Amino acid sequence: MPVSTPVVPGTASPVPGAPPGRRRPARSARSGGPALPYLLLLPATVVLGAMLAWPLVRLVLLSVREFGLAQQFGQPAAFVGLDNYARILDDPQFWAVLGRTVAFCGVTVALTMVLGTLVALLMDALGRGLRLLVGIGLMLAWAMPPVSATIVWQWVFDTRYGLVNYLLTASGAGDFRGHSWLADPVSFVAVAALVVVWMGVPFVAFTLYAGLTQVPREVLEAAQIDGAGPWRRFRSVTVPYLRPLLAILTALSVLWNFRVFTPVYVLQAAGGSARDTNLVGVFAYRISIGENRFDVGAAVAVVMVVLTLALTAVYLRQMARQEDV
Amino acid sequence: MRAPLRRRVALAAAALVVFVCSTAPVYWMVTTSFQRGTDITAPTPTFHPFGGTLANYAKVVERGFFPQALLNSLVVTLSTVVLALLLAVLAAVAVARFRFRGRAGFVVTVLVVQMIPPEALVISLFGVLDGWQLVNTVLGLVLVYLVFVLPFTIWTLRGFVAGVPVELEEAAMIDGCSRASAFRRITFPLMAPGLVATGVFAFIQAWNEFVFALVIMNRPDSQTLPVWLQAFNAGARGTDWGGVMAGSTLMAVPVVVFFLLVQTRLTRGLADGAVKG
Repeated sequence: MPVSTPVVPGTASPVPGAPPGRRRPARSARSGGPALPYLLLLPATVVLGAMLAWPLVRLVLLSVREFGLAQQFGQPAAFVGLDNYARILDDPQFWAVLGRTVAFCGVTVALTMVLGTLVALLMDALGRGLRLLVGIGLMLAWAMPPVSATIVWQWVFDTRYGLVNYLLTASGAGDFRGHSWLADPVSFVAVAALVVVWMGVPFVAFTLYAGLTQVPREVLEAAQIDGAGPWRRFRSVTVPYLRPLLAILTALSVLWNFRVFTPVYVLQAAGGSARDTNLVGVFAYRISIGENRFDVGAAVAVVMVVLTLALTAVYLRQMARQEDV
Repeated sequence: MRAPLRRRVALAAAALVVFVCSTAPVYWMVTTSFQRGTDITAPTPTFHPFGGTLANYAKVVERGFFPQALLNSLVVTLSTVVLALLLAVLAAVAVARFRFRGRAGFVVTVLVVQMIPPEALVISLFGVLDGWQLVNTVLGLVLVYLVFVLPFTIWTLRGFVAGVPVELEEAAMIDGCSRASAFRRITFPLMAPGLVATGVFAFIQAWNEFVFALVIMNRPDSQTLPVWLQAFNAGARGTDWGGVMAGSTLMAVPVVVFFLLVQTRLTRGLADGAVKG
């Protein structure tokens, strides 16, 4: 089992396949009594309960009440049932945001996985020196704080002094002087996607490279002796070995890219119309904080949580299969 | 068996392309931060790394809230790491060393917690913290960050604890150690590399986090570095790219250096943890 270490913008995530140590936990009868494990779990449970379970409950409660500016100043929040949900489902803007988010998520995950796989295969084929070089490069991109990374890309795409406009104009691709990449919603989302993919590839590449080193060489050699070409070896030997890992990485990337916030928020502040470029996370934030409709924002957030959990059923099944929980 | 020359050249070229794509934006950030304003806005960009001025840095460090934001970031991040490791070690020992009713439930909960998008909870968490008078406090943000990093740290450390054979602890106890001291003398030192690696990842998470810091630390004197940087970036309106890049570099470089330093240790730590007893 390869060991991976996610450090991805704004999320912590489990290491799929932390070392499967010895599967023989000691019995609690030895000393310390049967209450000991519960005492050990207590602090973490309290924090998770207070800071996660309780806010989740509050979120649902908020989404079925009327809670706007008036309620912030002490008006009672009336129970309105599913009105807030009806409101967002009737709102064409919500569907536009959801469609945009799904498309963004699909494209960025596909690009991240394909590029990550290619880079992992490359690292596997390289000698030590070049592999170290590639590793250091990936590490730099991986460790960059998302805010810094987005601001740098914003600078690279800047309208007046940006590197991209200069290089495109200089290379004769056309006159891009003063071209605004963030003004047009499509190219805005493309820039955001570029940032997300750039930040996401290293993790996928490192994890898959760790997985590749576990593919038994004998099997690959046997396939070669049997006359399988490189592509056939990859498809019939390597991919089956990596399948669980590929599934987990895809699920994680879907999770992370579905809720992308920081790059979109930072780029929106730099230019571009928020209305036409919101993804679902930023959308919920703007309704709540910007328009003071905390109830509607909460309804969007609940939909987001439900969709996310549905998306990751796959991932959880995979984890459950690997761990004798 | 040496690969044919053409293949080796192609591989080297591909490696260079990956390296350049990964590092170009980082290089561009650093080199811009050392350039004079006139070079930054010149029609032809300056590519060489020695712009020769530290003015951008001087400007940033003197600019209002930078020192305060740096201090806030350090306090929040270090508190998060220490608390997360403490709570996670206890939970990891429980899960790795005991069979008890509810164990599977706890593990599944830790996994499911990973799936909940924190961004969706911003609004209600703000309400919760507001009720406890913890908005704009270090403690409030640290509690939020614990939720971020705890599942990951518990999950990872659980593997490291399980990687130390329980027989070693039992042997120590036969030799007269108490249960706690057997853990302290045997298992804890063996899992130390894992603790360091896990702590670094928690550090990077907390140091880089933006959304919650933006909402919960909404006073200029309580903001952390990412929020400070974005305020500077949005306020500068593209006029002060040198300053913004210097700010970005100041925030990114420590993390990147840290990350590169522990990476070797991390792989070793994970390899040690993976050794089956």
